[in-house]
Amino acid sequence: MYSEKVMDHFKNPRNMGEIENPSGVGTVGNAKCGDIMRMFLDIDENGVIQEVKFKTFGCGAAVATSSMATELVKGKTIQEALQVTNKAVMEALDGLPPVKVHCSLLAEEAIHAALWDYAEKHGIQIEGLEKPKNDISEEEEEEEY
Amino acid sequence: MERVIYLDNAATTQTAPEVVDAMLPFFSEHYGNASTVYGLGSKSKEAISKARETIAGILGAKENEIYFTAGGTESDNWALKATAEAYREKGNHIITSKIEHHAILHTCEYLEKNGFEVTYLDVDESGVVKLDQLKAAIRPTTILISIMFANNEIGTIEPVEEIGKIASEHGILFHTDAVQAFGQVPIDVDALHIDMLSASGHKLNGPKGIGFLYIRKGVKIRSFIHGGAQERKRRAGTENVPGIVGLGKAAELAASTMEERTAKERELRDYLMARVLKEIPFTRVNGSRTSRLANNVNFCFQFIEGESLLIMLDMEGICGSSGSACTSGSLDPSHVLLAIGLPHEIAHGSLRLTLGADTTREDIDLTIEAVKKIVTQLREMSPLYEDYMKKHV
Ligand SMILES: Cc1ncc(COP(=O)(O)O)c(C=O)c1O
Ligand code: FES
Repeated sequence: MYSEKVMDHFKNPRNMGEIENPSGVGTVGNAKCGDIMRMFLDIDENGVIQEVKFKTFGCGAAVATSSMATELVKGKTIQEALQVTNKAVMEALDGLPPVKVHCSLLAEEAIHAALWDYAEKHGIQIEGLEKPKNDISEEEEEEEY
Repeated sequence: MERVIYLDNAATTQTAPEVVDAMLPFFSEHYGNASTVYGLGSKSKEAISKARETIAGILGAKENEIYFTAGGTESDNWALKATAEAYREKGNHIITSKIEHHAILHTCEYLEKNGFEVTYLDVDESGVVKLDQLKAAIRPTTILISIMFANNEIGTIEPVEEIGKIASEHGILFHTDAVQAFGQVPIDVDALHIDMLSASGHKLNGPKGIGFLYIRKGVKIRSFIHGGAQERKRRAGTENVPGIVGLGKAAELAASTMEERTAKERELRDYLMARVLKEIPFTRVNGSRTSRLANNVNFCFQFIEGESLLIMLDMEGICGSSGSACTSGSLDPSHVLLAIGLPHEIAHGSLRLTLGADTTREDIDLTIEAVKKIVTQLREMSPLYEDYMKKHV
């Protein structure tokens, strides 16, 4: 059901792991099926993303989109990273099955959440970045139980 | 390619070679329509009778109480919808459980839209229907109790005899979806007070798309598929003769090997369960530990997600299944896992392995090693595991 690219990123996830003392870290959850993604960013003084790592609790598509998203933002400026949408990630993966599109939203949100954290820590504002809808694990569910 | 370790026998099974052999002549040589007068047709007719006789014998039923259908789903639909229609005068209330297969649950939802009232009984944490709740749910208008014989996800075997007794004491019809149980556990429809029973060929090394509904003599349900006079005018359509022959053969084999086969499956299953529980931390077994299908085990591995686990197992040549939200297509975890009280994030990490007649000790050993490795890998990737370890270690 998955493309070869998705399978490749699932089998060999790029940049999986953590960064100690990251410049920014963001965790987002998916209210829909309860999956969680965490992105760690290391951003240098020029605003370039030097290092990026992820952790994901979710399906094959969630793992693959996290992995692809890290590749797409690595070495990019903050502004460039903001352009990495879930659509871009999906395209880079040669598409996802329709039921899995929501998983790719997590990756976009997680990057935004990590950038938001970076901005807050540094007391700066990033143009075009809105407060992400993150930690949905808190806003999640209740009604579903 | 390496041999596949197939541990998804609750989803479907490989058709046994003996079954295929029995079926083949009914495609090529004996292709006659069973409703015809010439010799070619009577071959088909005889073969259908023989299959019917075999199945009736296994259930302690009469031949004219076995009706062939296109599988478990049709049998379930027929039992529920036709009972609802035929007994509407008596009442409009049906009792079932929260852990039924969708063939029952979605049929009940359909009936609810058509003026019927359905009570969905709770189950306890091991998946057993609560009998006191059942008794309390009975109303003067209750026309049917439909409770599955054994659950397809967690393997729990329901207290069918007690349910049958309660139903018969109240003069209510009792249907059971025995798709997972037929061929796996001994069933006597009289001793268990069963009025209707659904079964399906492909769960017992028979072909797909064939099953039957047992209907006790005197139960007044009518035809569900209208047309010709086949199946005593209760199920129209030219018989799927190869399918029926295959189902008959599969049932015969399943019944004759049941004791030995399930003993072996149970031993391997218990070994699998014990080792996984011992060797993989943060793991639980879902379903009853005592009243359980011999070939079923259902785990939850905390902090990981089932679809990822299944894909990685597949990469090792191992087939299993999961009740994770991510595998459901509906984004909700399995209704069965929720009904036994699991929170969403635990249900996420579920893995069902269902053994078959030819599962070996080596298969199980390889599976245990693969599961151990994969669970560790996925936990390393899991933000939930990271959080837990930071908090507790
Ligand atoms: C308990 C149960 N009922 C019904 C069915 C449906 O049977 P079939 O696939 O023959 O339609 C299945 C199998 O998927 C099942 O496990
Ligand atoms: S993360 Fe649940 S479906 Fe993709």
